[in-house]
Amino acid sequence: MWQTFLGLYNYWIVILLMMAGFYIVMSRHNLVKKLIGLNIFQSAVFLFYISVGKVGGGTAPIVEEGITSYSNPLPHVLILTAIVVGVATVSLGLALVVRLKEAYGTIEEDEINEMDAAG
Amino acid sequence: MGEHLPILQVILPLIAAPVCLLIRHGTVCWLITTLVSWLCLAIAVLLLLQALDGGAVRYQLGSWVAPWGIEYVVDRLNGFILVIVAAIGAVVAPYALRSVAEELPERQIGLFYVMYLLCLSGLLGITITGDAFNVFVFLEISSLSSYALISMGRHRKALHAAYQYLVMGTIGATFFLLGVGLLYLMTGTLNMADLAEQLKPLAGSRIVLAAFGFIVVGMGLKLAVFPLHLWLPNAYAHAPSAVSVFLAGTATKVSLYVVLRFIFTVFGFEFSFAGQPFGPALLILAIAGVVVCSLVAIYQDDVKRLLAWSSVAQIGYMLLGLSFATALGLQAGLLHIFNHALMKAGLFLAMGCVFLRLGSCRLEAIAGVGRQMPWTMTGFLLCGLSLIGVPLTAGFVSKWYLVLAALEKGWWPVAALIVLTSLLAVVYIWKVVEAAWFRDPPGTAGRVGEAPLVMLVPLWIVVAANVWFGFETSGSVDVAKAAALALMGAVE
Repeated sequence: MWQTFLGLYNYWIVILLMMAGFYIVMSRHNLVKKLIGLNIFQSAVFLFYISVGKVGGGTAPIVEEGITSYSNPLPHVLILTAIVVGVATVSLGLALVVRLKEAYGTIEEDEINEMDAAG
Repeated sequence: MGEHLPILQVILPLIAAPVCLLIRHGTVCWLITTLVSWLCLAIAVLLLLQALDGGAVRYQLGSWVAPWGIEYVVDRLNGFILVIVAAIGAVVAPYALRSVAEELPERQIGLFYVMYLLCLSGLLGITITGDAFNVFVFLEISSLSSYALISMGRHRKALHAAYQYLVMGTIGATFFLLGVGLLYLMTGTLNMADLAEQLKPLAGSRIVLAAFGFIVVGMGLKLAVFPLHLWLPNAYAHAPSAVSVFLAGTATKVSLYVVLRFIFTVFGFEFSFAGQPFGPALLILAIAGVVVCSLVAIYQDDVKRLLAWSSVAQIGYMLLGLSFATALGLQAGLLHIFNHALMKAGLFLAMGCVFLRLGSCRLEAIAGVGRQMPWTMTGFLLCGLSLIGVPLTAGFVSKWYLVLAALEKGWWPVAALIVLTSLLAVVYIWKVVEAAWFRDPPGTAGRVGEAPLVMLVPLWIVVAANVWFGFETSGSVDVAKAAALALMGAVE
């Protein structure tokens, strides 16, 4: 029981990070903190892909004499793409926050909402 | 050349985007964009014709054989969606010239076209690809460029709307990514056709069920299914007019296509509908969306916002067709994707013309504009009639098939609701028509002229299509039917 529980520790970390990130996105009003939460949320999925590709006892996927067990490189390559997308998303988000700060003078979402409601 | 059409469909706008980035000159970029979007339409039509006569067109990228390589597949369903996306793109491109020049500062105009081309290429890519991970990549290309496009709106609210869409859209895309990851974990493949084969023996697996949930909810966020729609009204209302037209006609439709593709082709009809209460859940959300969002639309003062709320309601009709889980229901849903793209594009095109002249789409600002811009507002009226579902317009055809599908199931209360909620559409369209035609212009406003021809012509092409597809129903109905049967047939 404990063995399986602890043996799956990578998945527990993924779930923990994902929920923590998701909670930050929903509960924080500061636009930068929201983006950090979003980034943690995405990172959880990156970790998920990376740990899925690991084969127990396997080495790096480089063809070498006498080695028969390799980790699966495909999920790692896939997630490289997703990491690039994540970087692009966060930087676009931060750029929007800079513009929001210029336009509204604040990065607190509730204050922006009040100003939006006022017209 | 002919055999490379599937890749040209995506790569043309993808290459044109950095070319425009280097040129930066507004008018030159516009010329390139218009040319490319018309070429894309021609390619999409050729692909659909090929798919209709000879079955699916398959293209192996770099000659890497599927399921190892990435494969592009055009069958009846996505050929149909490709034509919708490319056609809206082709109409919006010429329209953008004046509209964008008016609404954006000079130095952003070139960049606007770069983003527009990237968004077009992303949407076409999502539709054409046969690889689950490739969907995610194109999804993010189109999403990132549409966040940027929305933030270019004139009012500062556009920035806030873009930020909210970015957060919601990224959560949706990450859910989708996780779902695809779970599928890869179970099957070791990403090719959709191969996934479908590998998933058959795994029907009882809880991990596959989790993947289904993540993918449907993730795409549901991008699709603006009723309780997940909160980003959409602000995004459409504050984006530049040309962007509102383009996104209203394409973005949600493409997301809905992805949902259909996964539900029917990848997971299979049995898994999606028979194994779990997916149909009833969708039915409830669809009806709630139609009723609530139509009511909210009635209380809006800004016409673009009103139309955005109406879009969420119309998405409800498309999902309603899907939730029946019958070939006729699916056909009605697909038909509504096509018709709604036509009518909502027409309505937003007309509002873009009004915005160009008046600088506002608020009801009090557009008072009396009907007499000053008769061509624009007549176009609006005709598309509005189509939205309501008046006979002899495109909107009637899809509502008719929806009602038929509901009756075929014996669900007459649902059929009655479809008719009743159409009356709500009468109310909100009438509000606009009443303000534009029967009220006097506000005292402070000077007279305004008709919109320029370069904007009126795209508007009237769409208006004509709305009427044409109301009379001559065989074309659109047959293609939707073929696509629906192909989806259902793939599983029976």
